[in-house]
Amino acid sequence: MTQVPLQTRDLVAGKPAVPGAPLLSVENIHVEFRLDFGTVKAVNGLTYHVNERETVAILGESGSGKSVSAQAVMGIIDSPPGFVTDGSVKFRGVELLTMAEKERRQVRGERIAMIFQDALTALNPVFTVGWQIGEMFREHHGSTKKEGLDAAVELMDRVKIPLARDRVNSYPHEFSGGMRQRVMIAMALALDPDVLIADEPTTALDVTVQAQIMQLLSDLQEETGMGLILITHDLGVVAEVADRVVVMYAGDSVEKGEISDVYHNPAHPYTMGLMDSMPRHDVQKDRLNPIKGSPPDLMAIPAGCAFNPRCPYAQDICRVEKPHLHELGEAGRVSACHFVEEVRDARNRSGSRL
Amino acid sequence: MSDRVAITGDIELPDEHVDEATEDRVASLWGDAWRALIRKPIFVISALLILIMMVMAVFPGLFTSKDPRSCPLSEALQTPSAEHWFGTDVQGCDYYARTIYGARVSITIGLIVTTFALTIALVGGSISGYYGGIVDTLIARVTDMWFAIPTILGGIVILALFQNRGVAQVSLVLIVLGWPTMLRLVRSSVISVKETEYVDSARALGATDFRIITRHILPNSLAPVIVYATITVGVVIAAEAALSFLNVGLQLPAISWGLMISTAQNRILTSPHLLFFPGAVLSITVFSFILMGDALRDALDPKLR
Repeated sequence: MTQVPLQTRDLVAGKPAVPGAPLLSVENIHVEFRLDFGTVKAVNGLTYHVNERETVAILGESGSGKSVSAQAVMGIIDSPPGFVTDGSVKFRGVELLTMAEKERRQVRGERIAMIFQDALTALNPVFTVGWQIGEMFREHHGSTKKEGLDAAVELMDRVKIPLARDRVNSYPHEFSGGMRQRVMIAMALALDPDVLIADEPTTALDVTVQAQIMQLLSDLQEETGMGLILITHDLGVVAEVADRVVVMYAGDSVEKGEISDVYHNPAHPYTMGLMDSMPRHDVQKDRLNPIKGSPPDLMAIPAGCAFNPRCPYAQDICRVEKPHLHELGEAGRVSACHFVEEVRDARNRSGSRL
Repeated sequence: MSDRVAITGDIELPDEHVDEATEDRVASLWGDAWRALIRKPIFVISALLILIMMVMAVFPGLFTSKDPRSCPLSEALQTPSAEHWFGTDVQGCDYYARTIYGARVSITIGLIVTTFALTIALVGGSISGYYGGIVDTLIARVTDMWFAIPTILGGIVILALFQNRGVAQVSLVLIVLGWPTMLRLVRSSVISVKETEYVDSARALGATDFRIITRHILPNSLAPVIVYATITVGVVIAAEAALSFLNVGLQLPAISWGLMISTAQNRILTSPHLLFFPGAVLSITVFSFILMGDALRDALDPKLR
């Protein structure tokens, strides 16, 4: 497969890319679902960016808006009831949210591709995998059936599916979970996208297969130089592959930074809670400390800091004023907590973690 | 790479196994369904009966050498005999020949009506189910209103407007009255498939709406629709007979089972064979299509297999 260097792709759906702009930048995005019984505010101001050859992890528990924010970037939110009410999504500096559906579609799949959590349900059960991978070429490049099938075999080889030539005419249910995820990755990589969004790519797989899939993704990233956005709730997965991490809570980012900084010196009580609730082999500890309470109801997000009802450090101001992300002095490090310094000091004094 | 070896481990099989795997490959939904079907006596019997009716409709000459329109009055109202297997009718026509030739009209109407109603249902149902919102509300409500018209009553009212009623007119009326149930079925089926991840996935990879509907949604929502369509063929054949019986369907000199039953009603007591033969063939045909629909439903629904 001929690789088109990323630098030469300076047109986005016919519009000139902005030189020097990040590969993908998401700013202050808001998504809500208007349902019969109320409005669910799923994403509330998420901001992040990803560069070429970079892996950004979006970390958060179920219902924190991780997947919805990815769907908003792709433009595949079911509308109604879902609406992107504010914010901007720029690919190489070109705004995607205001783009016409027809142009947007040229970006999807070709420039930004996405893979889903459960590859069994994300593959069409009535067609062979070869047909489905080949469809990418038929749809976007107008290839013939034969060309599509040949390209599918090549891609299946590339994602290391053994005996690709023999397996190309198999149906999704005839593959194991790990192999199906590889098929999904092959489809996503078919058109050589600049950005790959992986929405919990390993959650449905068992642990040994998880490692293989993450390794494959990182090898492919090395090969193509794509930017990788990894959506997950698995702190272990993040630790191994991500360069930077965005911690999400109630649809907003609460902390961002280099992976090792965030892990070793969290700057938000929520991140600290996540770290303390994870079993780690590098720290001796008798029992885990879960975060008390449960995630907020997205139809009634608490006033002030969304985390305040669960936060052991919460003060009066936390219940009134929503903290904004502010720089911490460390490179690229931001946190949305009114009391970053105090909280960090308290944590270090109690010696609860490194 | 160590992980590559680990993966290949459980799939790399000796050559003869690979060949076997290649043959197993037909294990798609339809492949499985087909293999389940040909083992079912109900399906085989109904398929055979339908096949016989189809051949009868296309090549009636294979079943009888008599002309259904040569009617010597001298032979009127004979009971079944070696000469006239099903007897003769009031005009002296050979009743067996008429029954055979009647298949064409009945089956033609059944297939035409089902095909057109299915087309309307597929187009309307996919648009309604896939796009949702105001389009859906509009299509779904119009369908519901149409659905409220009783087929036979509506058929009587509309057909009474036509001076000449042939296959075309009767089919048209049955299409007009027959699509709503199927559209509702397609719509609900499309809505459930639309929510699946592979549709999201196809959209995330840049597929157009048309492609998503035709390649991803319809093939996956077709099973219940096909079952219903098969049953509909039988129901339509019965409806045609009912309309003809009520004197608002086909008109003489057309030959159809419904007309034969209609004409026979005056002589039920004196010549019961006039009612029995077309009635029996009609019942068998309708029954075959319904049985086939049932067999298809069982085969296409993995939970019932």
